[in-house]
Amino acid sequence: MQVTLTWLDYLILLTYTCFVVGIGFALRKYMKSSSDFLTSGRSIPTWVTGLAFISANLGALELVGMAASGAKYGNITSHFYWVGAIPAMVFLAVFMMPFYYGSRARSVPEYLKMRFDERVRALNSVSFSVMTVFASGISMNALAKLLHLLLGWNYHLSLWICSAVVLVYVLKGGLTSAIYTEVLQFFMIVLGFAPVVYLGLKDVGGYGALTNLLKGVATNPGALHLRDAGTTYNANAWTSIWQPLLAGPTHNPMGVDWFAMVFGLGFVLSFGYWCTNFLVVQRAMAARNMTAARNTPLVAAVPKMLFPALVILPGMIAVALMSVPSKGYRIPAPILDQAVYARAATVVAASAGLPAEQALKDVSAAVGKRMDPGRVAALVKDYAAKPLAPDAFNDRLWNAVAEYDYDGVILSLVKRYCPPGLLGLALTGLLASFMSGMAGNVTAFNTVWTYDLYQAYLAPKKSDEHYMRMGQAATLVGILASIACAYFAALYNNAMDIIQLVFAFVNAPLFATFLLGMFWARTTGTGAFLGLLGGTAASGLVHALTISEGDVPGLKGGYLGVVHTFPSEMAQNFWLAVFAFVVCFTLTVGISLATRRTKSDEELGGLVYSLTPKIKDEGTAWYGRPAFIGTVLLAACAGLNIIFW
Amino acid sequence: MGLDIRWPIGLLFSFVGLMMTIYGFVTKDDAETYRRSLDININLIWGVVLLVFGALMLLLASRRKGGAGPPGPG
Repeated sequence: MQVTLTWLDYLILLTYTCFVVGIGFALRKYMKSSSDFLTSGRSIPTWVTGLAFISANLGALELVGMAASGAKYGNITSHFYWVGAIPAMVFLAVFMMPFYYGSRARSVPEYLKMRFDERVRALNSVSFSVMTVFASGISMNALAKLLHLLLGWNYHLSLWICSAVVLVYVLKGGLTSAIYTEVLQFFMIVLGFAPVVYLGLKDVGGYGALTNLLKGVATNPGALHLRDAGTTYNANAWTSIWQPLLAGPTHNPMGVDWFAMVFGLGFVLSFGYWCTNFLVVQRAMAARNMTAARNTPLVAAVPKMLFPALVILPGMIAVALMSVPSKGYRIPAPILDQAVYARAATVVAASAGLPAEQALKDVSAAVGKRMDPGRVAALVKDYAAKPLAPDAFNDRLWNAVAEYDYDGVILSLVKRYCPPGLLGLALTGLLASFMSGMAGNVTAFNTVWTYDLYQAYLAPKKSDEHYMRMGQAATLVGILASIACAYFAALYNNAMDIIQLVFAFVNAPLFATFLLGMFWARTTGTGAFLGLLGGTAASGLVHALTISEGDVPGLKGGYLGVVHTFPSEMAQNFWLAVFAFVVCFTLTVGISLATRRTKSDEELGGLVYSLTPKIKDEGTAWYGRPAFIGTVLLAACAGLNIIFW
Repeated sequence: MGLDIRWPIGLLFSFVGLMMTIYGFVTKDDAETYRRSLDININLIWGVVLLVFGALMLLLASRRKGGAGPPGPG
């Protein structure tokens, strides 16, 4: 099941590594102050910050997780892009960036301090730091697992080596280094994966043939063990994005209703992520002037809109391929331990002569997974005729597992289509996505830690050199903490669901706070602070009281009793966000009206919409104005929604 | 910052593109290698694409418009 790399593949990998490390060293001489290191001194051109903006978001998790969702749920996953990203990115550019950039805050938490008070900042910076490290760890785990599967590389070794590379270039060149390498990584990811997607699409016979194959899958997903036997959807469930959604949660593979999708993902989660997450906002803050800062998310929106072709399509291709037996393809099964193989071998040997159902039951119990009846029967029969060699047996047994490790979709396609050379390129693209995501997290973490926690509370009024050294130390600590989280994340399967849950707790209420803070001058610090706490508590409570179908109470929710059962985990996550937002919004409004304002209109100038002079874009040609570009992007996005309706 | 990122991008992709093109050319009669990629010599084709992309980046960088300043070491 493993492929070998040739010298050429290693050479491509090595060249890439040398270049990213080289960029770090080339920038070292410019790192003179903590602001050079942590905020890039606001000097970077728009196209660079724009591509870095999207690249920081395009971590290994995005590639791996979106392809997994593409296989698991089909084209409906595109909503994460066309509903769950583009509108929020345009909103950030047109309406919110003026306050972030214009206030000269160095971070999102610092903006919160200026707008509200220290409590809101402290709450946000602590939760952001924790979340960032977790996100980074989840992503690292996904990649190390893939490298282990694809190349047989040691999980621990690849984790530590990749971290070391990121550490070196971030330590040398700070945020600038992270942003510049992110641009390089952006091209590496796109150019590394495009040919794989092309070959996959050609293999299934083009997009028309893909649609036809997926129609067959949708009407009987049980045949491929994608769902329980007997489940059936409308023929367009894997290919259309709105029709299955509007048909109701039982008619689409994601098990989500349209309201949760539009309001939960499209509004609360999406705006919470794109408009308040310092990881991405930081890239726009590093732009050289206000127009450049506002255009940053718009530049990023163009590739973002097209990414489904790169990251979701492979998942759909994988399912289509699997439905054609002559292609000899399957989505990889979960990895089994050596002990499981040994145990199964004994059981298979003992099953000879037993009725097929009994043999299937015994073997399934020994493996601990659902097994394919036909393949188990054949294996038992062949084994009884002549015991197989361990390698051959393991392979057959693994192939008989009727469960899927969806995160393995991307790697299995790379293995299937890449000859030496292209293999090195695709693999480098994968590594690049991992590194860009990780560097993004680490640079956001070190800034928030240094400016919003260390300088604000632990050691104010030290020399700038002191903070720069702290920024470097935070880089190291951030990476080590991410590694620890990676080991923690190794316990779960579909990483995307978990990160959505984390975002639901922390980010969902946050957007209500920003919305009210930026557009309603009456919002008070106390209102914002208690509203945030209430929103997070509400999502925690909803999680504790609800569960999704097929899960047992515990980590997946419902540990305080089950009041409501959602059709899927995704639906549960989206609804959590909806509750968090509504509670935070209501509480903030109520408490703000009941408390006195502590900031005068003058203090809020540049921080609140009604108290800030409107930006005049007269210096910019009409086609370069954020409002115009944003409108065009929204129209294009609406067009995509209609095409794949 | 004094580094135009188009230099490293251009150099990296020109180099990788060149390697893949040469490899693709040398192995063009090797049907076994390219069975995986549906009998398409993807190294040759994609190598040329990368080479063109890299050269374009270098060209843009050498014209120095839209960069952050003078080119730095690649």
